[in-house]
Amino acid sequence: MSCSRRDFLKQGLGSTLVSALPLSAFTFLSSAEARAAVANANTKWGFLVDTTKCVGCGFCVEACKTEYEIPRDAAVTRTWVERYVVTKDGETHIDSPDGGIDGFTSNVIGEEEIDPEQVTKAFFVPKLCNQCDNPACVQVCPVGATYQTDDGVVLVDRDWCIGCGYCLMACPYGVRFFHPKYKVADKCNFCYHRIMKGLDPACVQSCAFGARRIANLKDPEDPVTKIITTERVAVLKDEYGTKPNVFYIGLDANVR
Amino acid sequence: MPEDLIVHGIEWTIKELFVYPNEYIYWSIQIVMYPFMTGLVAGAFVLSSLYHVFGQRELKEIAQFSLVFSLALLPVAAVPLLLHLQQPLRAMNVLLTPHFTSAIAAFGIVFTAYALIVLSEIWFIYREYFVAQYHALRSVDGLFNSFRRMLYGALTLGARDVSEDALAVDHKAAKIFAAVGIPVACFLHGYAGFIFGSVKANALWMSPLMPVIFIMSAVVSGIALCMLTYIVIMEWKAFRRRRKGGMVEASEIKGVEKDVIDQSARYLLGFLVAAISLELLDLIFRGYTAMKSWDILRSVMYGKDFVNIFVLQYGIGNLLPLILLLLPGRTLKRTVLALLLVLFGVFMMRWNVVIGGQAFSLSFSGYMHYHMPIIPHSMETYKEGLFGALTVIILPFVFFWIIDKFVPSMRSDTGQT
Repeated sequence: MSCSRRDFLKQGLGSTLVSALPLSAFTFLSSAEARAAVANANTKWGFLVDTTKCVGCGFCVEACKTEYEIPRDAAVTRTWVERYVVTKDGETHIDSPDGGIDGFTSNVIGEEEIDPEQVTKAFFVPKLCNQCDNPACVQVCPVGATYQTDDGVVLVDRDWCIGCGYCLMACPYGVRFFHPKYKVADKCNFCYHRIMKGLDPACVQSCAFGARRIANLKDPEDPVTKIITTERVAVLKDEYGTKPNVFYIGLDANVR
Repeated sequence: MPEDLIVHGIEWTIKELFVYPNEYIYWSIQIVMYPFMTGLVAGAFVLSSLYHVFGQRELKEIAQFSLVFSLALLPVAAVPLLLHLQQPLRAMNVLLTPHFTSAIAAFGIVFTAYALIVLSEIWFIYREYFVAQYHALRSVDGLFNSFRRMLYGALTLGARDVSEDALAVDHKAAKIFAAVGIPVACFLHGYAGFIFGSVKANALWMSPLMPVIFIMSAVVSGIALCMLTYIVIMEWKAFRRRRKGGMVEASEIKGVEKDVIDQSARYLLGFLVAAISLELLDLIFRGYTAMKSWDILRSVMYGKDFVNIFVLQYGIGNLLPLILLLLPGRTLKRTVLALLLVLFGVFMMRWNVVIGGQAFSLSFSGYMHYHMPIIPHSMETYKEGLFGALTVIILPFVFFWIIDKFVPSMRSDTGQT
């Protein structure tokens, strides 16, 4: 095949133009934009629950249900509060009626009425998704519909979830359920739409006692992170190796 | 109850003591049916391979039958999953974006591979028959017959060479597929066990023995169902011939071949003993190591589920058929009873794993009871209730009836591999 200099230049110019065309679809980012685009390398979301401050009012559960499209009376919830009552006979009584949304005003647990004189200790434990570093739910999702963001939060893609329930089975904390309306797996996501805008999660905002707080674990100056790093905190069920990011103050051996 | 308040699982779960608010029996009867049906598929295939690969001559007749039967069972293995999914229309997502850290993601691939192997093996075994039918139907009139001829023509895939050399190649290919099929069949079912065994959150399920236990009991149930169906069909044919009183062939009047049943029963017993041993090992190990979860497991196994586990599964489903099959002077009726009990026992094992694994709360402080919906009042209570399960049980026989019309599993003039 022969190729004159003229042809070579013509074709060379043409192919350069054609290959350069798609490049114009890309835009140049400012350094700030670029940092934002690589998914917050400086952010890792954590949570601190101070059980000693929780009074079991249930406002957090109420706020959570309001924030999402989960009917108030549906028997599932993204967050809930458990009540633990240990009596002198050594028995531990636990309940969380309707996730504790109406608060705890009765001293009947299960079907048993607890005599206040017999109580040795009693406390509340709020629960929510632990946004684990090693999430069992993400591991078992057959279609990748549940995934972990770079800032540590585990999310569910409602348009891709097939509703097999494997993640519901795999979570040792029982935080997942099928959304009554969307018929896909659902769970707490630290109010991702709020925290990305600098707002507090709904439950944190509604807690009048400061028992629930959100933290950026990568920011050493974050006051909540300071508590997590300098004080004695515990996590739930660490024996499962899920590496939870919800930390608790005042956890008890009775807590399940 | 308004529709948006109906949470999946609430209609058949009764909670007792402290159970986390979001916990329900999410995996119900269809997930019991799923490993039961895949187990039958795998078992039926292994039985057919005993003849095709290992040349167990006594099994010749049942081998051909069980191969066709495993094809009929195959689509049904996927049905419980589809009935169980909250979003069944998205089932294809498993093939589109398989997430390979999940045991379920392998389903699409293993299932498809296995289906291709079964179809290929059947094709190589029956190609000669397809060609023969294609030629035989040429001289027969009628619209239906010309349709049948077209179908057989299509089934040959254009390969109509029935010379001795070509048939030898067929036989060799069928043998290779049968051999490759055994590990794939075991994998198909072993990974069903892995789905459960790998759930670290579930104290009852988490065990490395789970896949092996599932494979063993799969083979047991597959062999049992094939023997049972084989006996029923042969007896029915013999019965019909006797009543007609017309032309009777010696092979048809005597019904079931005793040799076939004896040999199959021997394999059944072997796998049954293996399955029971592994299950008992698992149980003893849990009791001996007595980890944190043992308290609640013990209260479920020795208390709430005692009848299901020790009476129905081990007693009536395992021990009784073992005795029935081992006692000398076995009759056909006794064999049939034993086979029914074996199938029941394997079903109860699946039940006790799937439902039993959800009988206690993740909090280890409460229990959940499963009340299977009997009379459906909504799509969900049909799908995850008694009638959904019955649909799954009946389907393979419907499929078999259809497939058998074109790929006769009980003819002596087909397939000499």
